[in-house]
Amino acid sequence: MPESEALHASHRLEYPYARSVGPVIGAFLTGLRDGRLLGVRGSGGSVIVPPTEYDPDTGDDTGEVVEVGPGGVVESWAWVPDPLPKHPSDRPFAWALIRLDGADTALLHAVDSGGPDRLATGDRVTVRFRPAAERIGSMADIEAFVPEGGAA
Amino acid sequence: MADRDDTAAAGDLGPVTTLATPIRLDFEFTPGVAQSRFLRGLERGRFIGQRCPKCGMVYVPSRGSCPTDGVPTTEDVELANVGTVTTYCVVNVPFAGQSIEIPYICAQVLLDGANISFMGLIQEIPADQIRMGMRVEAVWVDPDRLTPSLASVRYFRPNGEPDADYESFKEYL
Repeated sequence: MPESEALHASHRLEYPYARSVGPVIGAFLTGLRDGRLLGVRGSGGSVIVPPTEYDPDTGDDTGEVVEVGPGGVVESWAWVPDPLPKHPSDRPFAWALIRLDGADTALLHAVDSGGPDRLATGDRVTVRFRPAAERIGSMADIEAFVPEGGAA
Repeated sequence: MADRDDTAAAGDLGPVTTLATPIRLDFEFTPGVAQSRFLRGLERGRFIGQRCPKCGMVYVPSRGSCPTDGVPTTEDVELANVGTVTTYCVVNVPFAGQSIEIPYICAQVLLDGANISFMGLIQEIPADQIRMGMRVEAVWVDPDRLTPSLASVRYFRPNGEPDADYESFKEYL
């Protein structure tokens, strides 16, 4: 029996989960929808972005919400020359850890610098939000970070 | 990516409380040669099974080997378009993505000539009138819409024959 007799098909298995985000992540996502970057103050006084419900060092509840950014510093990065369908950009970009102004931790997001030769650790970048009408309270409300001064 | 919240779209922006996080798996499926014959049969509006050369049992759909004897099943057998309801379940519970109006009947149908039943939807009968032994026939989609998929069988419906004797299908429950 020739192997070509066997059929072949593409399938998709999908579950439409909805997660409850809680008060702290909820505040962060609400901020994104409103075009603001928010962190929380940990028990030791440091500002954690993205915010957590508990201070990762002490386990204590975190405190007040603190606005950070919109600029920050690239702490490390990796260039993505061939973005995948699920990636936040359909053209080459960098995944980067960005320490926003006023924050003591780094946020992982995309940097649209235009090329790996136009990005360096220590560079200053600033947030580029999607248009307000497209924002829904999601990390994807941030389209990308871009070099400060608009080099990209 | 999260879905747009209707209230947010309306401009009444309350705090964000949920995030849609669909989990998705795209995969390639190859049913194998024996099941491919079954599926190609569906594309022609026919049920194709296979017979075990040792015990003579006819399996539909065939997995390509006899689960009892462990030998390859190579002889294709065309089954009848009619069969017998061996057992059934009436679905009364609504669930997300449901496409059939409840209550509906999900039954095991033993096609004439087969030695194993398979699951089918029963329609054209009130759900409270289904019974073991009921004789049913397959209703297919229009010929130009036949595909190598069980979607080619719309459902089974009573064909008007007298019920099958319990003795004739008790081995298949």
